[in-house]
Amino acid sequence: MRELRYCEAISEAIVQCMAEDPSIFVAGEGVDDPVGTHGTTKEATRLFGRSRVLDLPNSENACAGVAVGAAAQGMRPLVVYTRQDFMFLAMDAVVNLAAKWRYMYGNKGGVPVVTRAVVGRGWGQGATHSQSLHSVFGHFPGLYVATPASPADAKGLLVQALRLDTPTVLVENRGLYQLTGPVPEEAVPIPFGRGRIARHGSDVTVVAASLMVHEAERAADLLAGQGIGVEVIDIRSIRPLDETIVCESVARTGRLVVADTSWARYGFSAEVAAVVAENLPGALRKPVRRLTLPDCPAPVSMPLEQAFHPNAGRIVEACLDLLDGGEVELSAFDDVASGVVGPY
Amino acid sequence: MTSTTHRGLLREMVRIRCVEEMLADLYRDEREIRTPTHFSIGQEATAVGVCSATRKDDLVYTGHRCHAPYLAKGGDLKRMVSELYGKQDGCAGGRGGSMHLVDLAAGFGGATAILAEGISVAVGAAWALAMRSTSRVALTFFGDGAAEEGTFHESLNLAAVRKIPVVFVCENNNYSIHSPLAARQPAGTTIWQRAQGYGMPAEYVDGNDVLAVHRAAAAAVEWCRAGNGPYLLELRTYRWREHVGPNWDRGIGYRTEAEVDSWIDRCPIRRATAALRAEEPAVDELVDTWRAEFDAEIGAAVAHAKASPFPPVEDLLDGAYEDALSSQPGRR
Ligand SMILES: Cc1ncc(C[n+]2csc(CCOP(=O)(O)OP(=O)(O)O)c2C)c(N)n1
Repeated sequence: MRELRYCEAISEAIVQCMAEDPSIFVAGEGVDDPVGTHGTTKEATRLFGRSRVLDLPNSENACAGVAVGAAAQGMRPLVVYTRQDFMFLAMDAVVNLAAKWRYMYGNKGGVPVVTRAVVGRGWGQGATHSQSLHSVFGHFPGLYVATPASPADAKGLLVQALRLDTPTVLVENRGLYQLTGPVPEEAVPIPFGRGRIARHGSDVTVVAASLMVHEAERAADLLAGQGIGVEVIDIRSIRPLDETIVCESVARTGRLVVADTSWARYGFSAEVAAVVAENLPGALRKPVRRLTLPDCPAPVSMPLEQAFHPNAGRIVEACLDLLDGGEVELSAFDDVASGVVGPY
Repeated sequence: MTSTTHRGLLREMVRIRCVEEMLADLYRDEREIRTPTHFSIGQEATAVGVCSATRKDDLVYTGHRCHAPYLAKGGDLKRMVSELYGKQDGCAGGRGGSMHLVDLAAGFGGATAILAEGISVAVGAAWALAMRSTSRVALTFFGDGAAEEGTFHESLNLAAVRKIPVVFVCENNNYSIHSPLAARQPAGTTIWQRAQGYGMPAEYVDGNDVLAVHRAAAAAVEWCRAGNGPYLLELRTYRWREHVGPNWDRGIGYRTEAEVDSWIDRCPIRRATAALRAEEPAVDELVDTWRAEFDAEIGAAVAHAKASPFPPVEDLLDGAYEDALSSQPGRR
């Protein structure tokens, strides 16, 4: 299969879906500008013009509601946020309207607002420009939330989102945009709620979301050299959540690490741990380990920022700890996202 | 605080220009400043004209483009540079970076990175000052783009209805990242007139004319201090460099070279220099002397920042809560 970069895969999904469905439009701050949201909206602007790729004023609160209204009238808005942190201003419309619309108005149809939000980790993005809100949105019934980690999933999950009648939030970590991988030429949807085994292994299960999938794969590669089999599960969507893939793996390995790009409390990692506790009491040979952000906002200072984000090295440590075994040289690990440099 | 003579205003603008040009070069060449940085090069007259009309105990809050207001309000240069380098003695302890400068001693209450946040915070700060019957006022700097956020409108409404002593300072540089104002706000309308719609006095001023800005700001601050309620200034200016980062962005396609050049011709520093020439024939030599002086000062601040330690990693959690116990790191 031909390879595409993650950003190209998104661009291709948008363009193909827009060609087949005239109700789709792209909207967001600067989506039509020369940079085109990391190159993901450039081609759509070139092909479909500014009547379908709409630059919005800096009015996230109103625009989120506007998208709901347009969706209620049969359009399919694809709303883009250059940082997911800005979505706090859109919360009301996404949570109080979009998520509840179908139910609250008597199940007469949903409002298919598709949201893409960029997470800006690295280069001192700091407290208000690097948050990943997948757990926050995952809390609310009525929304689908996905964290595509590979170019193929970035395309397939977006295609699926643009065909559903349910509002969705797709979280894109900007450290992923330049990663390449095989991507089908056609617009093939990938269903929400189905995880993927990224690496097979029988000693320990690592459930990971978004960027952490790559960190987990690197950890698995390294531990494979020590004869340790790490099963890496790329969860792909956190709502709906593929409980089966998690439980089947943990039933085999008896050891669970959850690696997330956000905080532990009330988050994705807590949910996965709860699913295992509810479904497999007694299956764990060791307590669950959660690799998440420390309990503080993201710092800017470089050494603090490096300590803040969990990476492959930390996953290796956690796995070894669960297996009571050995040590490895960790200095080889740069973050996957360390290729991201400023200015922004 | 800045001397309010024309000469004093010019001197402060030159200082800020020197700081930003040197930092931009370092940012680009060394890659040691690792924090998204929004330079005000070309926009110095707004910060200097406004802040020179404040008292030290008045409060300034800003958005992301904060270096110039921070310095103009008297913010500590060394601590700002250290913050950009992520060092322990930075004004935010290396935690906040370029978009979260703060210097309470200088009356710089904080820069904010989510658009228009600083507007509502300034209203609240001003209200607190009024509740405590001080004669202090608060000011808030924001861009034309931030004036599209709901909180801008909500804040103006509240400040007007409760007569809160806050000066809204809109630095209109015609762009929000790469989007021109015409794509974002209706033709034939202005931000200052919108403020009038909320029932407060508002004025449109050439934001590259430092003396005009200073005079307008002095009137606005006086109005607020006298208990008359809020005031809005819309200052028309222009950002020379890219939205974020140290580079020029000529040729990327969202604005013309001719437009950029026409604004460089309207450089606020060159303009103030020319205006002073009649009364101060040697003004150009004076500016050169200042530049040398400032370059030395900034060089020292940079050397200091580089020599300063990073915050210790063990202190990562400090400051998330008032006490360490509230953080429960658990077993991770
Ligand atoms: C709520 C929110 N939306 C979007 C952004 C991204 N953003 C940062 S600066 C900026 C442009 C703002 O333009 P303006 O307010 O005119 O200020 P300028 O950068 O021109 O000084 C945008 C859109 C943000 N920081 N916060």
